[in-house]
Amino acid sequence: MIELTDVHKSFGSKHVLRGVDLSIPKGTSMVIIGGSGTGKSVTLKCVLGLVRPDSGQITVDGNDVNTGDRDAFLARFGMLFQGGALFDSLPVWQNVAFRLLRGALKRPKAEAREIAIEKLRRVGLTPETADLFPAELSGGMQKRVGLARAIAAEPEIIFFDEPTTGLDPIMAGVINELIREIVTEMGATAMTITHDMSSVRAIADNVAMLHDGVIKWTGPVSRLDDSGDPYLDQFIHGRAEGPIEAVR
Amino acid sequence: MSRALSPATPLAAVGRSVLGTLAMIGRVSRFAGETVSHLFRPPFYAREFLHALVQIGWLSLPVVGLTALFTGGALALQIYAGGARFNAESVVPSIVAIGMARELGPVLGGLMVAARVASSIAAEIGTMKVTEQIDALVTLSTNPMKYLTLPRVLAATLAVPVLVGVGDAIGIMGGWAVGVSRLDFNAAVYLKNTIDFLETWDVVSGLIKGAAFGFIVATMGCYYGMNSGRGAQGVGRATKSAVVAASVLILAANYVLTELFFTA
Repeated sequence: MIELTDVHKSFGSKHVLRGVDLSIPKGTSMVIIGGSGTGKSVTLKCVLGLVRPDSGQITVDGNDVNTGDRDAFLARFGMLFQGGALFDSLPVWQNVAFRLLRGALKRPKAEAREIAIEKLRRVGLTPETADLFPAELSGGMQKRVGLARAIAAEPEIIFFDEPTTGLDPIMAGVINELIREIVTEMGATAMTITHDMSSVRAIADNVAMLHDGVIKWTGPVSRLDDSGDPYLDQFIHGRAEGPIEAVR
Repeated sequence: MSRALSPATPLAAVGRSVLGTLAMIGRVSRFAGETVSHLFRPPFYAREFLHALVQIGWLSLPVVGLTALFTGGALALQIYAGGARFNAESVVPSIVAIGMARELGPVLGGLMVAARVASSIAAEIGTMKVTEQIDALVTLSTNPMKYLTLPRVLAATLAVPVLVGVGDAIGIMGGWAVGVSRLDFNAAVYLKNTIDFLETWDVVSGLIKGAAFGFIVATMGCYYGMNSGRGAQGVGRATKSAVVAASVLILAANYVLTELFFTA
């Protein structure tokens, strides 16, 4: 269970998070939606410890994320970054097997390569992709490699940051399906941030709407269309009129 | 009275600037200290270190060598012309050797490495930062200071003295070539004078300077890369700042080391 309680974070005079409260039960898929600049990525980075909140508490299975053994804590996570964040200087298979080639989870090189190829196959890429460099891949392939890297060490918790941004609708659908399948078959807890409503409906068990630094609404994906929340309604229908001010 | 006209305004601006500079020195010092501390705490990334050694050391050899060659030649011409004013043309071999080993070899070599290496390190790490590769390293349980900074700083600290040594030799040979071909020196006598007047400390002090300059270059590259702003403009600014800071610090460190080595 991931739990955020009254989390605040400011950057200079800009208050990004103003008291975020959120619970993500173990084994479920939570999707956080909200407009650009509402603090979705900051929330995710606070959970990972990449950004330290100014106040409030974030726990994973009851343990504070900012205390204890960082390596052991991070070993439980996998993350798919918005732009893939693949390491340009390493071939694809070494990107996927990065965690298996060093540190506590280190395996022999041949075994790590085998696991990497298997994970690549799992995300629909051929073994020939393994020896290419990230710059030689299309955007969709880079996302798949990022996904393969996120699941390579079989983490308990997987984060997806805007998994379909920059992809065509068909490729976005493929990535959404892959994420849903993988999360289900691994039994992992997933947290996704997106403003792509097709991703929300494909990936989510539960949805949280972040606006103005607080969670405005949270509930199961089945209640998305009849939530009665004016913020959520405006967002999911993409209306310019409503309580969320649109900058024109 | 408007704020712009207040007599305290220029003073406040100076104060802000001083405080900003002190804060910057503090941040860079902490960064350098943290980098050095990782030298004593595993894990170590040997592959990254060897890669950095090739990038910083081997691939800088042509630019450092050419710089030293032309500098040695020009130095011989200048010393000959200057020495002719008081019939001291014969000092050309010894002054070229001492000048290259003590000052020009390490300083020009350091500045050339700063231009080539600090910029490339800052651009590479800055791009990694803006494309979230640094965050990805952290989520993959890999400390970016250990994986990116320490190998580069260590490689530069070890490689630049070697480059300086090679540069010294090439610079002296540049002076020899000009001396023999343009200034009518006897080739063997020129070399004998060079060897007779050059002391071990002349060379060693230059190599120590090289190590210090290598440390400065890589530390500045990594610091500005790690603290790069967003987008192409942020990376561009980080790259420019890394080269400027490394160059100025090299010249400042050169003065301090020269005071320490030769006036104490």
